[in-house]
Amino acid sequence: MKDQQDNATTVRPLASRRTFLKTGAALATGAASAGLAAGAQAQPLAGQPWERVYGAPFNGYGQPSRFEQPVMRYYLKPYGDLAPGSGAALAPIERLEGIITPSGLHSNRSHSGVPDIDPKEHQLLLHGMVARPIKFSTEALLSYPMVTRIHFIECSGNSNRALAPQPLQVPAGAIHGNMSCSEWTGIPLRVLLEEAGLQPQATWLLAEGADSAHMSRSIPVEKALDDAMIALYQNGERLRPEQGYPVRLLLPGWEGNMNVKWLRRIKATDGPTHTKDETSKYTDLQPDGRALQFTFEMGVKSVITKPSSTMTLPRKGLYEISGLAWSGAGRIRRVEVSADGGATWTDASLYGEERPKAFVRFRLPWEWTGQETVLQSRATDEKDRVQPARKAWLAQYSPGNFFHNNSIVSWAVGTDGSVKNVYA
Amino acid sequence: MSTPRHIASIAALVLAACASQPVSNGRPPALGVAASAEEIARYDISIPPSGAGLPPGSGTAREGARVYEQKCAACHGAKGAGKPADALAGGQGTLATRAPVRTVGSYWPYSTTLFDYVRRAMPLNAPLSLSDDEVYAVSAYVLHLNGIVAEDAAMNARTLPLVKMPNRDGFVSDWPPRVR
Repeated sequence: MKDQQDNATTVRPLASRRTFLKTGAALATGAASAGLAAGAQAQPLAGQPWERVYGAPFNGYGQPSRFEQPVMRYYLKPYGDLAPGSGAALAPIERLEGIITPSGLHSNRSHSGVPDIDPKEHQLLLHGMVARPIKFSTEALLSYPMVTRIHFIECSGNSNRALAPQPLQVPAGAIHGNMSCSEWTGIPLRVLLEEAGLQPQATWLLAEGADSAHMSRSIPVEKALDDAMIALYQNGERLRPEQGYPVRLLLPGWEGNMNVKWLRRIKATDGPTHTKDETSKYTDLQPDGRALQFTFEMGVKSVITKPSSTMTLPRKGLYEISGLAWSGAGRIRRVEVSADGGATWTDASLYGEERPKAFVRFRLPWEWTGQETVLQSRATDEKDRVQPARKAWLAQYSPGNFFHNNSIVSWAVGTDGSVKNVYA
Repeated sequence: MSTPRHIASIAALVLAACASQPVSNGRPPALGVAASAEEIARYDISIPPSGAGLPPGSGTAREGARVYEQKCAACHGAKGAGKPADALAGGQGTLATRAPVRTVGSYWPYSTTLFDYVRRAMPLNAPLSLSDDEVYAVSAYVLHLNGIVAEDAAMNARTLPLVKMPNRDGFVSDWPPRVR
């Protein structure tokens, strides 16, 4: 709704422009009827209506074309209108290309809605097992030397809709879009920990948000001192509110939930706090009834975004298969594509494979002969981990587990060109 | 020409030039401001399994039933049965079945997490609104619904961490990571 209102606002100048142009047209007609130039007529040259009118004026913040309005995130609201900000908004990955998710379409998992934080009132507190408990204003954080990195964030519940009893016939993003990739800029967390004087007995950190859930997670110090970032900017601009404005934690490659948004507090501890979101949720039930806890790293994974579920191939002939691959363990080394349900595999070309823990775009030309087939992709990362087949993945867990599904995704192409989500 | 005044000006220019040189091994600006113990106490709401940081106060399941009915039941159902929000009671013995039911009683490994989460996040429409006594009481009630504590057992900073949750041993830590 908010987006629509914004767009309505930007459309208004167009309406006044039309009024102006109608006036202009009337004037021209008047001039012609006055016999200014006998036999005068408009240029017969090609030119669409928009080539014959003056364009829209400048605006302060650009929006996508009005013809791209249907490109929106998909909402999952498990509690409905009772808690309309609890759940997730999934990126429409099937409508996007390249590796960067536009900030306004970046997937967004929130537990108690998006807080409206005044950065002047917000502060980040570092305390616990540190020599000097300290706090930072947002302004102070913005003064630190920055680093910039491109990384994906994937909710560990991403693709849990691919565990539905029957395959959902919805767009790829509505199943697998609970992940996105952005360029993040901020401060290495270790810089702030060093300033506070992290004590040797501190082995974990508790990170906590300033949302009304005060969402909190325990993080091993090893990760904090490795590549963790206090992120302030996303894709060149300050973080969006739904991405943690004014400051979020970024733990490259680790499950999205740990990348605590609206970060207000980090406490150094000598063990995990066992918060609600690392015990009752984000733990992975196994067939024997025991659950894996602290499964931080996101597994190697890929998905074909084009063609994908609910699309239709309009003709036989040449297509480009395009998709995304990523791994929480590091770089993507290889993506193979099968156009025969996994019988044979062909290496796709990769874009972005030099970056660890970031989306890679894979592409492969494909000739569709008009026959039924199943399209699949299979990623391998630099640690030689290979994306598992669906059956192999399912065998590791309880039927009730809905986290860390990185199994191979299958799209079936029918003789009529329809593309459907299937379990293969 | 070289009056003392000129020399002083040149010296100032040289100093200014030095001050604007890039610093190759500069240290971060260290803009953190000392936080007082009183300030930290107002922020520090996380409660680990040891119970460290639990506040004064106390409550029983009997007292908590009233809090629950007023502030929790609309979302979590009568007696924690769930719907529309998560079920809080029942499900014990189901984790290894084809249809596991995860509740506070069947799944949560630590009682301290219950206090921590209710205090920081519940009720959804008014977090941080319950008194510590009410949080202890409603925690006691949810534990009692699951048959874990008696109706008149007082939950407080001393007793709550001693509660042994049924699924305490149901978790396998994946950190440090297994070889996969």
